[in-house]
Amino acid sequence: MNSAKTNSGTTQNLSVSGKRLTEFFQTVSGLFLFTIEFFKKVFIPPYEFAEIKKHMDELGVKTLPIVSVTGFIIGLVLAMQSQPVMIRFGAGSFLPGMVALSVVRELGPVITALIFAGRVSSGIGAELGSMRVTEQIDAMEVSAINPFRFLVVTRVVACTFILPMLTIYVIFIALFGSFLAIFLSQGISFQLYLNAIVHSVEFSDIIPGIAKTFFFGFIVGIVGAYKGYNTENGTEGVGKASTSSVVISSLLILLVDMVLVKVTLMIWSN
Amino acid sequence: MAEVEVRNLSKSFGDSVVLDNISLKINEGENVVVFGRSGTGKSVLIKCIVKLLEPDSGEVFIEGENILLLSENKLNEVRKQIGFLFQGSALYDSMSVRENLAFPLIRNFNFTTKEVEAKVKSSLEKVSLEDSIDKMPAELSGGMKKRIGLARTIITEPKLILYDEPTTGLDPITTKEISQLIVELQKDLKTTSIVVTHDLICAKIIASHAVVLKDGKIKYEGNLENLVSTSDPFLRDFFTSDILEVKNGSTK
Repeated sequence: MNSAKTNSGTTQNLSVSGKRLTEFFQTVSGLFLFTIEFFKKVFIPPYEFAEIKKHMDELGVKTLPIVSVTGFIIGLVLAMQSQPVMIRFGAGSFLPGMVALSVVRELGPVITALIFAGRVSSGIGAELGSMRVTEQIDAMEVSAINPFRFLVVTRVVACTFILPMLTIYVIFIALFGSFLAIFLSQGISFQLYLNAIVHSVEFSDIIPGIAKTFFFGFIVGIVGAYKGYNTENGTEGVGKASTSSVVISSLLILLVDMVLVKVTLMIWSN
Repeated sequence: MAEVEVRNLSKSFGDSVVLDNISLKINEGENVVVFGRSGTGKSVLIKCIVKLLEPDSGEVFIEGENILLLSENKLNEVRKQIGFLFQGSALYDSMSVRENLAFPLIRNFNFTTKEVEAKVKSSLEKVSLEDSIDKMPAELSGGMKKRIGLARTIITEPKLILYDEPTTGLDPITTKEISQLIVELQKDLKTTSIVVTHDLICAKIIASHAVVLKDGKIKYEGNLENLVSTSDPFLRDFFTSDILEVKNGSTK
């Protein structure tokens, strides 16, 4: 009897695992086809510049307060945490450069992208999901207006271009935070702090850091739009679309970051 | 006006057959009401007619063109001549009433700003909601949303209008008002209409022809009066006491 129970439990577990695996592959293939559809549509006129600008404004304004606070705290905490260690090894003077390099190359882009994913990808997923279940997308389609071009392409393009701008802003805010931490503990002048950064950070540090945020922005937009545009099962589906948008886009950001860091190192080490 | 013909249309969702080899012809200027129990594929039928859903097999002709075979651009040209009123009105949440109505005009036609504004106001007048022009959809009641949805549907002066449950969830008075409005608009714009409903008050006011769906097939097609007085057990069950009220003239 116990053996029968165990067998039944194992079968159930396998069935659940199989279902999840199927869902995973469905999502991957669906997202791939959705991305191809995006590239088919994005270069063909008419271009929705007004709509793209509207979304960039909205996304920028929506995300600005949270990334400002986060950027400031990252810079501040990073300087505070690193300071004792750097001083212990007699490298206190390298602290501004170390913080700047960390923020410019990795922390600024990735943290901003993750916050952007949490705020924007879920928002796009919920908004398009809600439009799907209330037949607003169908209404657009039957009115001879291409909903993919109007709703998806505009949002993805807006995300792709607004995230690098937000990242540059966050980097400056984080550097200000770290200056404040070092100034309060060591009394460093702003001029000295700035000189230390300028001497440490090179062109080859800035470009890859900012360039990868275009990819991150694209990921946030396309994942949110994919989950929202293909929402099923009413309001429950909207919630799921919103949540899974954040999970998938965050995971993809980290995976793509890993690949891009490797690629960057290969290119710049030559 | 537009002629619509559906030939051998079938549509399934998984194992569930929703439409099973349906054929139907709707003449120009006709008001056809499609009846059926919930889940019998009434909405699926009209969504297949405008290719919002892709049928598994069959053909759909609008003014002689098989729309299932058209390219995206040509399909959109046909769709510009079609109006669709959705069950939940499907007003765009992020746009005001004015923007909702102006949206298809701005996107699909070369009207000037003044012409668009005039058309928006004229459409709102037809549904007696001129004062709601600057309201957002969230500020409107269910009946008002239906009216605004109707105004948006007719603003492009379509030749064919499809109504998906236009009176569901409305009180009898609003139902009667909306139904009469549909008839007036049909006379005014000389459109062909397909109305999906199980509301007999609405059907009595609108229908010039009726179709009943059951188990994915057309169970009955013809005149509404004959349908009401049929001896078929299913139809007798379907048209319950409401019929008596309608026949006694309570909707007039």
